[in-house]
Amino acid sequence: MEGIRYPKENTLYKKKEYTQIGQSKPRIDGVSKATGAGKYCGDLKFPNMLYGKMLTSPHAHAKILSIDTSAAEKIPGVIKVITHKDVPSLKYGISPARWDENVLCIDKVRFVGDKVAAVACVDEETCYKALKAIKVEYEVLPAVLNYRTAMNEDMPQIHDEYPRNINTEIHQLFGDVDKALEEAYHVRTDVFEGQRTYQCPIEPHSAISIWKDNKLTVYSSTQSVHYFQYYIAREFGLKMGDVRVIRPLVGGGFGGKLEPTGLEFNGAVLSKLTGRPVKMFYDRAEMFAHNRGRHQGHYEITTGVTKEGKILAAKANFVLDGGAYTSLGIATAYYAGGLLPLTYDFENYQFDLMRMYTNLPACGAQRGHGAPQPKYAFESHLDNVARDLGIDPIEIRKRNARQPNTNTCNGMGIQSCHLTEALEKIETITDWKAKKEKGLPKGRGIGMATGSFVTGAGYPIYRNDYPSSSCMVRVNEDGTSATLYANAIDIGQGSDTVLCQMTAEAMGYRYENMKIVTGDTETAPLDFGAYSSRQTAYCGWACKRAGEEIKAKILETAGFMMHLPPEDLECEEGIIFSKSRPKVEPITFEEAAKKYFIIKGPLVGTGVYTVPRLGGYHKGAPVATSPSYSFCTQAAEVQVDEETGEVDVIHAWDVHDAGQIINPALMKGQVHGAFGMGISETIMEEVVFNKDGKIINPDVGGYRIITALDMPDFTNDLIPSNDEPATPWGLKEIGEGSNNPTMGAVRNAIYDAIGVNVASLPLSYEKVWRAIKEKKEKEQAAK
Amino acid sequence: MSNFIVDNNGIKRYLVTINVNGIEYTKVVKANTLLVNFLREELDLTGTKKGCELGDCGSCTVLLEGKPVNSCLILAIEADGMKVTTIEGVASTANLDNIQEKFLEYGAIQCGYCSAGMILSAKALLTENPKPTEEEVRAGISGNLCRCTGYINIIKAIMAASGQEVMN
Repeated sequence: MEGIRYPKENTLYKKKEYTQIGQSKPRIDGVSKATGAGKYCGDLKFPNMLYGKMLTSPHAHAKILSIDTSAAEKIPGVIKVITHKDVPSLKYGISPARWDENVLCIDKVRFVGDKVAAVACVDEETCYKALKAIKVEYEVLPAVLNYRTAMNEDMPQIHDEYPRNINTEIHQLFGDVDKALEEAYHVRTDVFEGQRTYQCPIEPHSAISIWKDNKLTVYSSTQSVHYFQYYIAREFGLKMGDVRVIRPLVGGGFGGKLEPTGLEFNGAVLSKLTGRPVKMFYDRAEMFAHNRGRHQGHYEITTGVTKEGKILAAKANFVLDGGAYTSLGIATAYYAGGLLPLTYDFENYQFDLMRMYTNLPACGAQRGHGAPQPKYAFESHLDNVARDLGIDPIEIRKRNARQPNTNTCNGMGIQSCHLTEALEKIETITDWKAKKEKGLPKGRGIGMATGSFVTGAGYPIYRNDYPSSSCMVRVNEDGTSATLYANAIDIGQGSDTVLCQMTAEAMGYRYENMKIVTGDTETAPLDFGAYSSRQTAYCGWACKRAGEEIKAKILETAGFMMHLPPEDLECEEGIIFSKSRPKVEPITFEEAAKKYFIIKGPLVGTGVYTVPRLGGYHKGAPVATSPSYSFCTQAAEVQVDEETGEVDVIHAWDVHDAGQIINPALMKGQVHGAFGMGISETIMEEVVFNKDGKIINPDVGGYRIITALDMPDFTNDLIPSNDEPATPWGLKEIGEGSNNPTMGAVRNAIYDAIGVNVASLPLSYEKVWRAIKEKKEKEQAAK
Repeated sequence: MSNFIVDNNGIKRYLVTINVNGIEYTKVVKANTLLVNFLREELDLTGTKKGCELGDCGSCTVLLEGKPVNSCLILAIEADGMKVTTIEGVASTANLDNIQEKFLEYGAIQCGYCSAGMILSAKALLTENPKPTEEEVRAGISGNLCRCTGYINIIKAIMAASGQEVMN
């Protein structure tokens, strides 16, 4: 075959080294993205397509008295106007324990931006005219805007079913916390505040619905075609098989695109009623209003430690602002405390939490789901404890570091863990000891923190018996390419690429000859999608198994062709050779694949992976379980301008225990991105509301995220390993654990620089400046 | 001012001729038609992305007479008679432009939504300043927001595209 060079003598039998994984293969979607040829949902057009928009509430909390659509309906180009009377009244959500959202509000609105009506028009401009012409009469109600007082007796109730506005209440107790605190050498309590942040993907959400012949097709900017298919089918009483969900390219998600929105539900109704495709989309301000970003919270942490700094007990008492609806917030709430015992080993743990309803946009799952702010609180607190005891911050963490093959007090099993090595390495590469001994220049400080995250959630979002991931591989008839069919969703993190690498590795094939069909419920088999850093491990198992099936089939065929037993054959990079007979001429994968097709028909392999049962039996035990956990350490060196409070992160380091790396370039990209998002949240980001509950900065001018000028120089480092038995090739997650330590590391560096504790996020220039001013005034007064 | 006609509703429609990627297009547009919508809707050049429609994010960056602009802040009638380069026209041959190559090589693309704008800002920067310092590169793309990459690999890719040595 042309292009294949046969080795004269078989030199291919060697100690097994990976040929397709562990390498920075170029992204499979790279060229289409670099040239602008790739299509995102908003780029798609269909013949006769209409444009749709939603009318949203201008009030945080109000009764809807009447809606008059007659004037809007008379505008030329307005094809359909709908209100709650035209849509199913079945409540939806993503956390099944609390379905609390309507396609269009029926009796009242619960935040500025809540869905009231929707229009379908011939073009976008007509939509805005139609929205203006809809007359809604409201009776404005007092609003709950402060989550800290939301449970007070005199507060209005937002949902009839939830007295005192309590959405989720958690009380978990492991071991004997009171006794341990009594016996502790030192007990300290700290309180920290987190802020509301928003995922702010650069691509706005959009959806195109086509309801035709009792079948519904939805193109959407989504992180999970399966959850969209399930929840859309449920809402309209359709069979899942009659709902097809397709994801074009997705321009970032970070958790905000995991659940269906009003765009899908209203678009479907508008398409059904008009018989035409309907494209709906959010603009930037509407994205902020839809939100589902990070919960703001109040975090009280108490630990009791020995004289040597060993943690005996920890108490976490949290309150979260959930906003008007549940979204993924129940999981967020359990994650908030569930993940804290991962990095440090302590036996006694109490976790109490209240997630409150407020008349603000709903919060959900943002990168690191529920964990980054509590971790910021814990890591800041631990630095305070270390200072009380006169122990170095890295040293106190070494004394408490999670060890391999241990269980957490809240029922999570950890197998591979290299946190101690990661602590040692960060100490070395930051030149930590020298900086601590000699001291840094004025205004300069260094801080660090640890992180960890699930390599995939142990349980699906709604209860079901399906496997976690599945896939199918079909080899082209002449063997020159193979197509992976998988519904793992590439939202930019590069899952399509690493899954093709892993499939090729398992097949003994070449990544360059792989194709992928993905993000379509009708052509690829079930996968729950992109969340909880699950895909590389879960769909990776499915790909490995499908690839191995192909390899077994092809070696059997090759055995006939080469007159050798299949057990004696191996296939690497598309070359099939004898392991024991170096002089037997190898054949190619292509030749064997073609022969297979001629004799047996399509060469197909399938793979499936189901997470084993994990975790304890207490209430909420499933959340934070995972087959495997990543670990990492991060450090940041900052320069604080004492005149202005400006914080400049000069350099940052990340040491990761991420197991076998599948694609080093993509791995680094995940760490850079997570750290970047982390410092952005630490220093600048905050969704701000006026006194009526309206967002005053719903744009990326007012809601500042880091630019290229703000990102520090960065060092990536690794603790190489592949000893995790629970994942394919011993890999671990990378995308979310990487922002688990960031806020704490930056906060600790700022403390180190100026010696003041700014206990609320973001650590904005203004807050830092005020803290420095207060400190100076105190020092003056003391003189 | 361009020629216009008045439609049945009394709205003026303007005749504009815009050279996009070397091809002259003559179209009838409304006074409020944005350049980004002209490119995406009229010409189906959807490589130019809409991220905020406020001039904040830089996703819709195109080159107008060689200068990077947010095409959501430019009216189609303002571009009448001018030359526009979009991501679809950044490579003069069937091959990729050097900047595109380096973006792929250095892992500068994740979700890809900012990539078109990023590449055009880089193109404008390197045309004016073929050997920029790292700080100049950072400043040159500071109007283009990326939420995925933390910018590090983008900066490396642009440095590499300028022929300067980059630690990867």
